[in-house]
Amino acid sequence: MYETKYHRPVSLPQAAKFAADHGDEGKYLAGGMTLIPTMKQRLAAPEALIDLRHVPGLKGIKVEGKSIVIGGGMTHSDVAMSDEIKSVCPGFADLAGLIGDPAVRHMGTVGGSVANFDPAADYPAALLALGATIRTNQREIAADDFFVGLFETALEDGEIVTKIAFEAPDACAYEKFRNPASRYAMCGVFVARRGGDVKVGVTGAGSEGAFHWSEAEQALSSNFAPEAVDGLTMPQDNMMSDIHGSSAYRANLVKVVTKRAVKKALGH
Amino acid sequence: MGVEGIGAKVLRKEDRRFITGRGRYVDDMSVPGMKYAAFVRSPYAHAKINGLDTSAAEGMPGVIGILNGQQLQGDGIGNLICGWAVSSKDGTPMKMGAWPALASQTVRHVGQAVAIVVAETQAQARDAAEAVMVDYEELPVVTKAVEALKDGAPQLHPEAPGNLIFDWELGDRAATDEAFSKAAHVTRLHIHNNRLVPNPMEPRAALGHYDPAEDHYTCWTTSQNPHVARLVMSAFYNVAPEHKLRIIAPDVGGGFGSKIYIYPEEIVCLWASKRTGVPVKWTSDRSEAFLTDAHGRDHETDVEMALDADNKILALRVETVANLGAYMSLFSSATPTYLYATLLSGQYDIPAIHANVKAVYTNTVPVDAYRGAGRPEATYVVERTMETAARELGISPAEFRRKNFIRSFPHQTPVIMAYDAGDFDATLNAGMEAADVAGFDARREEARSRGKLRGLGMSCYIEACGIAPSKAVGSLGAGVGLWESAEVRVNPVGTIEILTGSHSHGQGHETTFSQLVAERFGLPVDNVQVIHGDTDKVQFGMGTYGSRSGAVGMSAIHKALDKVEAKAKKIAAHLLEADEGDIVIENGEVKVAGTDKKLGWHEVCLGAYTGHNLPDGMEPGLKEGAFYDPTNFTFPAGCYICEVEVDPETGTTQIIQFVAADDFGRVINPMIVDGQVHGGLAQGIGQALLEGTHYDDAGQLLTASYMDYAMPRAWDLPMFKVSTHETLCPGNPLGMKGCGEAGAIGSPPAVINAITDAIGNNELTMPATPEKVWKALSAVE
Repeated sequence: MYETKYHRPVSLPQAAKFAADHGDEGKYLAGGMTLIPTMKQRLAAPEALIDLRHVPGLKGIKVEGKSIVIGGGMTHSDVAMSDEIKSVCPGFADLAGLIGDPAVRHMGTVGGSVANFDPAADYPAALLALGATIRTNQREIAADDFFVGLFETALEDGEIVTKIAFEAPDACAYEKFRNPASRYAMCGVFVARRGGDVKVGVTGAGSEGAFHWSEAEQALSSNFAPEAVDGLTMPQDNMMSDIHGSSAYRANLVKVVTKRAVKKALGH
Repeated sequence: MGVEGIGAKVLRKEDRRFITGRGRYVDDMSVPGMKYAAFVRSPYAHAKINGLDTSAAEGMPGVIGILNGQQLQGDGIGNLICGWAVSSKDGTPMKMGAWPALASQTVRHVGQAVAIVVAETQAQARDAAEAVMVDYEELPVVTKAVEALKDGAPQLHPEAPGNLIFDWELGDRAATDEAFSKAAHVTRLHIHNNRLVPNPMEPRAALGHYDPAEDHYTCWTTSQNPHVARLVMSAFYNVAPEHKLRIIAPDVGGGFGSKIYIYPEEIVCLWASKRTGVPVKWTSDRSEAFLTDAHGRDHETDVEMALDADNKILALRVETVANLGAYMSLFSSATPTYLYATLLSGQYDIPAIHANVKAVYTNTVPVDAYRGAGRPEATYVVERTMETAARELGISPAEFRRKNFIRSFPHQTPVIMAYDAGDFDATLNAGMEAADVAGFDARREEARSRGKLRGLGMSCYIEACGIAPSKAVGSLGAGVGLWESAEVRVNPVGTIEILTGSHSHGQGHETTFSQLVAERFGLPVDNVQVIHGDTDKVQFGMGTYGSRSGAVGMSAIHKALDKVEAKAKKIAAHLLEADEGDIVIENGEVKVAGTDKKLGWHEVCLGAYTGHNLPDGMEPGLKEGAFYDPTNFTFPAGCYICEVEVDPETGTTQIIQFVAADDFGRVINPMIVDGQVHGGLAQGIGQALLEGTHYDDAGQLLTASYMDYAMPRAWDLPMFKVSTHETLCPGNPLGMKGCGEAGAIGSPPAVINAITDAIGNNELTMPATPEKVWKALSAVE
């Protein structure tokens, strides 16, 4: 690791001030589950780390009726273990419980993961399918507008993800096919049904990060059953291709994993 | 035996410190004034070095010294050696290119060291290493051995035209050709044995300390064989004279072969300590481990098996290209030759065998012995071929194997080895029963009803351990003898220290070796201290690899205990006024058989040291040493059966059950042996399903971290069903064969045979990733 400064702000404005002071050379630190290993490998060399873990206002899970608001500083474990989330939106808690391993889940945060937008991160699939809103210290952004491209989001410099908010759907589920090496999602699919409206968020497979599979959304909106996906073909063009899986294989996975997610959402 | 003697499941003494975080590894060592090293490493797979500019780095904070390859050469530090001379079939010696510990002219793989930076802190050393400017001129790159042999391929070493190190053969080509001409059926297969990265839990480390007061050198290093390291570093690398050099390999966190070799880093740290005047410590990080620890396997093989009309094997023909990487590592020449082709007869009576092995340079990390070393490659060739032949002939794989089993011993194979003992039917029967092979068809049907494909695969392996008779290996080109030494020091109070040339880096020697004393004298294992890994304490030894610590290392202890026992009995007979032949030692007591006359073991020991009343002419003390030179290899063998379920939609393989029925000869501690098998199976299954090593065309290792290199996790593995069947080895006093590598040797073909059975397509290479299995399935649909 390169030498770096460490700041521990105690408020959002103070965090933003540190960020402004360092400009591009400063990095927010949340759970550090991506940033710290990257720094240890000397692949990232921020001049300063601004630790958000002691900033009030980023914690807490609030469930009112079907409305769920999760603080950006909550860990994956907090989400996975939350009885309130489990009671209204078990698919989302289930997703959080499938992230990394126990050590990662107890350190990594919702806000950190969302802000980083790793193409194989799990939450983006769910936030797209759930039509979630990402709240920051400056504004509210719809998930569809938030995720822009590989490791690229709508966040401006210094902007902090403070909360994510969404309405629990009538039914939802996440199915994950892991990369054999990293155990990140090689393909993760979150399906969410609200009445006759079905949304499908896919992560891990796309070359530009998580995306909506619109054809499947249409087909499943008219028939929420695994067979509804049978006739569809995921085009290979926008699929990632690497030593772990070709675009053809990933395209196949998207279809298979979507069917399994639907099956799970149906309680089978 | 006592309750802690041979055959007892004694809990591992060493685990108390390991699981409480009190193990002492090289990186835990610290000496006053110690500084930290970082290596400047090549980012290119093949390049000429036109210059090295250290001026910016030298001015950086904390930098004490920066040393390069020219300075190393100037100080007379020798190039790295290969310890086993193998000649081509035309008699020409192997063609070895120079491997300096720090490259000064050419780099030949990504990660090769070109300079060392010594600084006050590790971070400062790394920062400065990054600031060293090396002027590289890129050269063309080749990473695949088959490509490296082609005309026009990039050339690595001027000493080895065409990148060919040797073109070696074993067996009788004419007899093999003759047998093939009479064959009723020939089975042919192309086999790829995937390159593996060893990944011991503890990365390598070295702490070099030159003490000018004594003109003495100490090197703490992560070594499986510290005495060999001292010999090689003094006799060949001229780092320090042998009597002025102490090598200490303290707790070492796994090796799997990768810590046998003497690497550039420990040589350079020791040399740099003298040059800079400070003790120098280097600890590899995981990325460096991927780029510099010797890799394993990487063979391409064409195999043909000739069969008669009665399904008896007539002959085997094998053509292998072995990738040795950019330089010849210490035992790299022996692994794809004498540890590989000599096992191609498997468990079968094969009248004629011919093997041809080409060893090749490429721009990759050097390849050397890795858990199994040659025998996994041989087993994979033989057992994939056996399964394939049985399928082609439409007969049961088990019955086909049974038909060709060797049943009379000793058995001379056509490829050097003389098997001394075995009972292959016994392990096959035990394996088939444990795996409920008879019920497989029903299970397959049940799986089919769930949309899953079940397959069953078998592997009847044999391997060679206990390496090896010094005279035999000497005649085959080895640079050292392969005996082992031991010393048994009995203290005046009767406690015992065993000093061994074997080295424990996870195997549990401290417990197992102590059990020999428990067996012999009925003393508790806690009264025994096993001392190893320090050249100042143990006189000499050949170290631990090739599952040799039991069959060879413990045989040496056994011999030394014979001498201790004989002397103790003489003393006791004198003290008890009895006949020496009537003395028995059991449960910590020394008795006259058939009487109530006895002494405590501690009384005899104290008597030996007071010298007050010893037989006339006897020297005081009770300490004996022994060297044991094996009479033959030992031949562990067994039957592994793997049952898998493949998900046809994703190609995912789940191992439903894995049965290992092994014959290791005498088992000292069944719990530790089970653990060795479990670990070996995890590595073998890892090779079969997960561990793929990929280089890109520029020679960059794409799988250089756990993000891309797939290590087996607990959830990838089933609960293993293991059992042992003891056919004693006649070649050593304890009847032991060795168990450290069998799991990794026998399991890969069982897994691949099972998957190919499930999917109905025999074209599948390791690792059988979900994508590959899915593609192989698509090909049959």
